[in-house]
Parts: sequence; structure tokens; C-alpha cells
Amino acid sequence: MDMIAGKVKMTQQTVNTAMNPTDAIERPIRLTAKDVTVHYGQKQALHGISIQIPDRAVTSFIGPSGCGKSTFLRCINRMNDTIEGAKVGGTIKLDGEDIYAPDLDVVELRARIGMVFQKPNPFPKSIYENVAYGPKIHGLAKNKTDMDEIVVSSLRKAGLFEEVKDRLNEPGTGLSGGQQQRLCIARAIAVGPEVILMDEPCSALDPIATAIIEELIDELRENYTIVIVTHSMQQAARVSQKTAFFHLGNLIEEGVTEDIFTNPVNKQTQDYIMGRIG
Amino acid sequence: MTDTTLSNTPRALSERSQRVRDSLRRRHATEAIFKGLGIGAIVVALGFVSILFADVLSKGIPAFTQSNLHLSVTYDESVINLDPAPTRADGQSDADFRAANLAWQRSVAMLNWNSVVEASLRAAAPEGFEIDSRQIQSIAETNARHQIRDLFVANPGLLGQTVEVDVLASANADNWIKGNIDRELGDSQQQLSAPARALIDTFEENGTITSGFAWSLFSNVDSRAAPAAAGLAGAFMGSLYMMLVVIILAVPIGVASAIYLEEFAPKSRLTDLIEVNINNLAAVPSIVFGLLGAAVFINYLHLPLSAPLVGGLVLTLMTLPTIIIATRGALQGVSPALRQAALGMGASKTQMVFHHVLPVTFPSILTATIIGVAQAMGETAPLLLIGMNAFVASVPATPLDQATALPVQIYLWQGNENRNFFEARTSAAIMVLLGFMILLNAIAIYLRTRLEKRA
Amino acid sequence: MATEHIVSSYNDELVALAQMIAEMGGQVEVAIDNGTKSLLKLDRELADVTIIADQRIDDMQRNIDETAVSMIARRQPMASDLRAIVTSIHVASDLERVGDMAKQLARRSLKLEGMTLQPTFYNGVKNMTALVLRQIKDALDAYASRNSAAAVEVCNRDDEVDAMYTSLFRELLTYMLEDPRNITACTHLLFCAKSLERIGDHATNIAERAYYLQTGKQLTSDEQDLHRTQIKA
Repeated sequence: MDMIAGKVKMTQQTVNTAMNPTDAIERPIRLTAKDVTVHYGQKQALHGISIQIPDRAVTSFIGPSGCGKSTFLRCINRMNDTIEGAKVGGTIKLDGEDIYAPDLDVVELRARIGMVFQKPNPFPKSIYENVAYGPKIHGLAKNKTDMDEIVVSSLRKAGLFEEVKDRLNEPGTGLSGGQQQRLCIARAIAVGPEVILMDEPCSALDPIATAIIEELIDELRENYTIVIVTHSMQQAARVSQKTAFFHLGNLIEEGVTEDIFTNPVNKQTQDYIMGRIG
Repeated sequence: MTDTTLSNTPRALSERSQRVRDSLRRRHATEAIFKGLGIGAIVVALGFVSILFADVLSKGIPAFTQSNLHLSVTYDESVINLDPAPTRADGQSDADFRAANLAWQRSVAMLNWNSVVEASLRAAAPEGFEIDSRQIQSIAETNARHQIRDLFVANPGLLGQTVEVDVLASANADNWIKGNIDRELGDSQQQLSAPARALIDTFEENGTITSGFAWSLFSNVDSRAAPAAAGLAGAFMGSLYMMLVVIILAVPIGVASAIYLEEFAPKSRLTDLIEVNINNLAAVPSIVFGLLGAAVFINYLHLPLSAPLVGGLVLTLMTLPTIIIATRGALQGVSPALRQAALGMGASKTQMVFHHVLPVTFPSILTATIIGVAQAMGETAPLLLIGMNAFVASVPATPLDQATALPVQIYLWQGNENRNFFEARTSAAIMVLLGFMILLNAIAIYLRTRLEKRA
Repeated sequence: MATEHIVSSYNDELVALAQMIAEMGGQVEVAIDNGTKSLLKLDRELADVTIIADQRIDDMQRNIDETAVSMIARRQPMASDLRAIVTSIHVASDLERVGDMAKQLARRSLKLEGMTLQPTFYNGVKNMTALVLRQIKDALDAYASRNSAAAVEVCNRDDEVDAMYTSLFRELLTYMLEDPRNITACTHLLFCAKSLERIGDHATNIAERAYYLQTGKQLTSDEQDLHRTQIKA
């Protein structure tokens, strides 16, 4: 019997990998979404999404085009408010606070939840001003020295400082695509958010730039909760600890990334990740 | 689509290339015709423009040179018979001193300066030349006496001295010298008397009359009494004040309206109605704005007549639709990615618009402003209705003083009786106006490229 | 499978890989059969054929390995595709070991040349061979058809194989005790029996892979179907 028990334990150990997937499930929950629906005019884009986002981990949303993953992402920082005719139902709570409460200031929410977009979109200002804009409007820096420190440390955390340290006054639009995206990440970090949302951040970048950003995401998840939408399953598999599969506005399956990609429960999930048509 | 259309057999391929080749000739021909038509259109348009420019230039350039009389003026004590200029006595108050000065100046003005001018002309004429007083005075412009008098007022020590003074030749003399009047015509059709004409020719020979650049065109105000001294200074300042008023008023109001309509106004029937009305305003005839200005600004608000302020207000109303439409277009053209980035950072809507969207639209707004202002500078009809077609012989010191504008000045000069003098001068004024507008457009292009390069 | 891969060449490659396993399995079954036959009939020719045929089995295993690695690099397989490709490497390795054992059986027959074997001696071996062959066949069938229930049955039946080995062990001991002249032959037969038992273990491995392929779980951690007992030897 001992040998069997030993064999059982050994088997379990080989399931745990360096990513420690079970940890992701055991982490405290940062964001809770319950029965979230989104209507664009008459058309319903999301049907009752309920999911929990763990703290200081990367959660990825995957699914085919038009499945609603970007729509749901935009609900989290209320960017759908800027779209005419968009109606959001259900609740989303950040640390227990309902973010759609009428007395909650959207501007403040967006200081706690940052966003990085698909196509890098730095402001047409200098690199310094790009990073300093957020802290400036939220009043986070008391004087120039403070601001300098915030800018430098944000650029460092985004892994961009060494490359741009002698040209902080040059326009941000003069950088390469990968550098621009890292600048956008630095800009988002500078405000000191708790959650960073990324909408297909690497889809416009070449493989090397993509790898640099994935490494950056790995480092960032020690301090920030990250939610990433990606249409590359391989990227989701590499980068995230928890994965959610969306299809036609529904959340089909969610779970530990490794389980989703080695042994998904739902047939639709399986067909999608294996590249099969039903 | 049959199989042969898409099949790749050698026969099908060669057949297809043959068909393509056959259509090629027709397509190239169409292209050549279209190109030809395009070039033709451009040639015709440029032809008309060059005809216009040639006409204006050929007529106007002679006006930039004017005949000057180089005279030795003697401040004859027998003529200038008056007390010396008052000096300030101890204990005399400011008001008293000023009153004393004015009294003395009045007495200076009463003197017979005409005789001084005549004397200097006769001095320059050859010995024993037969010409009477009125005839010889018609050679120098009527402002010569004022010029000589003002020299004396400035420096009363000139009494008894002889100084060299340059005065303008009269308009008719200038016509004779430049050949604007046919020399073969008889005395009854000539503007000057025969002795005067002969004297002018003599002056030309002995160098008393020379041609120089017509600075008077730029430094003097309009003048009826002294046509040769009529200048654009007053009109220029009037136009400048109006331009300033338009820029100061139209740009902020126009840009702010456009921002509100585009970014903040709720999408409703009312907003659509306003938008349609603004677009239509751009097509309203300018004279209607003049009527509006006369009714509201002058009759109702009792603003001063002929003031550049009123003219500026009317032109502002005309320029507003241009600026609003251009600004709205520029705002719509800003990429949504930039707006999303700003909003995602936690900027409020106002911050997003003013910190990010507006700076990007600066080049377009600037261009629209300068085009709008340049258009406004050339408007005449509305200004006529608010009284700027009055004859104003002074430079406006403030926008509330009476003034005229460049296009109106051109209109007035075009109506002057002394056709053969004012024809050239009108063309010269047109050249100045065109030059001004070309300069404004050049500034617009330069600033736009500068700003776009920075972006 | 009702669903097909969108990229049909991917589908074809997976099917080809499964066919390679099936073919290798067939070859291995033949090898076991021949190996035992050559031992029991002391057929030298058959033994030579079997020994040479093992080379082909080794080649097939290498082929399967390379194909699997190539597919992992090129296709980034997920879920059951990934499990199929990875288990095919394991199964090929198991089958190659089985092939080696079959070769050993054939080799042993050459050593037994000249000796006479009494039918009673090799009845047990014949029965054990039949059982082990069935195990291999059932395990491969379970793998090919992804039948987890069949895989569990194969694992459970390993007890029978072990029991048969134990009894054969005792039987051969008895023969050796009876007559010392039997010792050589019986010892060789004993080694053969051991090889057969090892083949049975490999069949169980293959069945475990089949179970993992179908369910994504390791069989040994699934306590409900666990009937393994320790080998007492």
C-alpha cells in the first residue's frame, strides 16, 4: 500500500508546474462580476456573465471574434459609458464596491483600473509628458522632483527606461511599436492602479516585442491584477493563470489555465482550442 | 462564370491576356483624354489668373513711383510776420502755456504760405518765365504749404533761412509727366495750363522734378484736396483693427461653439437644427450681414458709425460659420484611439477635449482662421452698409474711431473724378490688398507646416 | 470524432500518427507470438526472423518519436490532441521494450537448441503467452478507440497475469526439484515467464496511457478503479 500511496503522491507532484496553477484559485478575489449584460441599442452583446478575477494574477479572456470578450473588458473600467446607446446590466464589484453605483466617480475608477489598448496610442506629446499626464491630472505629484521620480520608476517598471532615458523630451510617437506599447503600459502604471486591463496588447507587435511584453506581464503580476483579452490561445496559455472562454456573448468555461488547455470540460471550449469546427 | 474564365490552361491564359491587351489601348486613351482635359482646365484657370495679375500689375506699378519737386524754400520774414514762438515763463501753468502755444499756431496758420510756395517755385523756374500765380501753384500739390508750415512750427528758428524741401507734384502734374494724358490734346482738354505744362517739362530737364518711390501711398491718409498725397494709411489701419476684432472675437467664440456642439451637446433634434443653420449661414450673402450690422449694432446698440469695431463685429458674424464648420470637421477627424487613451487614463471629458483633442486640431483651426480672416479682409458690401464708405481723412487711433477699410478705399478711389490719376492708384491699392492676403495665406501655410511637423 | 480540425492536414497527421502506433502494435504482437513459438517449437528459422524483425520495430519507434516532436513544434497541440501526441511517444517506447522482450524470447530458443522440452513444461508458458498477447491487443485497442473502460479492465486483469506468473514459477520449481536434468530447460523457461510478465506490465502501461488520453486523468490517482496489488516476489 505504501508503494501505491507513494505513486499517487508522485503523480500529483508532476501535475503542478512552475506556474503553480492551484495558487491562482486560492488567491483572494479582486473583481466579482455577476450576471453582467450589455446591450448596444437593441442588440444584446453579453448574456449574463458571472466571473471572479483573482488578485495579483493574470486572467485571460479567449474566444473567437465578436464573442464579447472585449466588450466585457470595457465594462470593468466603464469605458462602455463612452459609447452611445450602450446599456450595462448586472453588477461588477471591485473589492466589494459596486463600480456602477451612481455616486461613484468614473474618473476615480479609471485611476484605479488602468487600460492598455490594442493599437499603441501614446499621446502626441513627449515621452515624459505621456507618463506624467495621469499623475498630473490626478494630483499625485507634489512637485517636479516627485513627478520625475514617478516617471522614471514607471518607465523602469515597464522595462523602457534604459532605452529612452536620454530622450525623454522626444515625442512618444517616434518610438517603435513595441516601445510605444511599453510606453502605454508605463503610462497606465504611473497612476498606481490596482488592476490593469489589456485589450489584445500584442496583436499589433512582432514576436520579439510580444515576448518582451509577455515577460513584462509576468513581472507586473506580482504587484497588479491583470486581465488580458487575447485572440492568441498560445499567448493566453503562456501568460495567464486563469482563463475564461467566451462565445457569442456567453461565458462558456473558466478555470485554471493549465486545465483549460490540457483538459477542458466543455466541448465548445475543446473545439475552439483545438481548432475544430463543430 | 464559366470554367474557361478561371481555368489556367495555356490557351485560356493567352486568350485572357489578349483580351486584356485589347482593352488596354482604350483604357490608355481614356486616361490620356482625362489628363488632357485636366491640364487644359488648369491652363485656362491659370490663364485667367495671370491675365488678372498682368492687368493689375501693369496698371498699378506706375503708381508706385511719384514725381517729387525738389525746392529751396525761403522762410521770408516779410511774409512770416509774427511774434516768436512763446517760451514757457516761470510759474506759468500747463494750461496757460498750451493756450499760448495754440494761439501762436493759429496765427501761423493764418499766414500766406501759398506765397512762400510760389516763391520757391519761381526760384526754381528759369529766369523770366511767364506764368501767373494760379498756374504755377497748380504744379505743386496743395499739401505743400501745410508741409512747409509744419516744418516752421516744429522749428521756428528757420525764420529767414532757406532750406531744401521735397514736396509732391500735383496729381495733374504727375499725369502729365507719366504720360497718362495725351500730350497732343488741345488746351481745352488738358488738365494743366500751357505755361504750367511747359514749366513742368523744364523742371524735368533741370532736375527739379524727380521720380521717387511713392511712400505717400503708405504713409498718408486719404485726401480729397491733395489727390497726389492720397494714401492707404487710414484704410490700412482700419482693416488691421477689423482683422484684430475678428480674430479676438471669432476664434474663441467659433472654436468654443464647435467644441460644445461636437463634444458636449446631446444628440437631439435641436442640435441638428443648430448645425443645419450654421451650415446655411456660411452661404448667406455678405450684404445681409451688413444690414444686420446696421440694424443691431448701429441702430439698436448705438455703436459709433464707421467704426472698425462695428465692421469687425459684422465680419465676425460672417467668419463664425467658417471657423465653426472647420473646427467641427477637425474635431471629428481626431482618431478615437486618442480619446479612448485619454479617457482610460481617468481624464474627465473636458480634460480629454482640452488637453488632447484640441491641440491636435490646432493646425486646422489656424488655417480656417486665417482663411476666414483673409476672406473677411476682402469683403466690401457689408462695410458699405455700416457707413465705412464715408470719406475718412484720419488714421483711427482706436477701434471706435471712424475709419475706412482697404476694399472700401479701393471702391472710393475707383469713383474719383481724376480718372487718369486714380486708375493707377486704385490698381496699386488692389496690389496692396492682394499682397496682404497672399501674405496671410503664406503665414497660414507656414504655421500649418510648422505645427504639423511638430505633431 | 464528429468534429474535424479546420486545418485538414493537421487532422491527417494525427490519423497517420495513430496508424503508425497501430502498425507498430501489430508488428509487436506478431513478434511476441513468433518469439514464443520459436521457443516452444525450437524453430531456429523463426527465431532468426524474429530477431531481425526487431530492427524494424526499433525504426518505427524512432519514426513515431520524430513525428510527434515535429507535430508539437509545428501545430502547438492542445487538450486531447496534445495528450494523443505525447502518449504516442510513451506507447511507442513501451512497444519497443515489448519488442525487445520478444527478441529475447527468440534468442533464448536458440540457447535451448538440442534440448528436449516436455509438453507439460511449456503448457504454462503457452497459456501465459496467450493471456499476455490478449492484454497487449486489448490495451492497443483501448488506446486506438479511446475506450477508458476497456483500459481499466486491462489494468485490472494484470492481477491474472501476475497470478499466472506466480503459479508458473511454482510449477517450474517443482519440475526442477523432480529431476535435476530439467533445471537448465526450466530455468530458461523461468526467464521467459519473467519476460512475459514484464510484457504484461507494459500492456498495463499502454492501458494507463489510453485512460489518460481519454480522460486527461492519471489512472493511478483514480482511487475508485484501483485494484492493483503488490507483486509478491
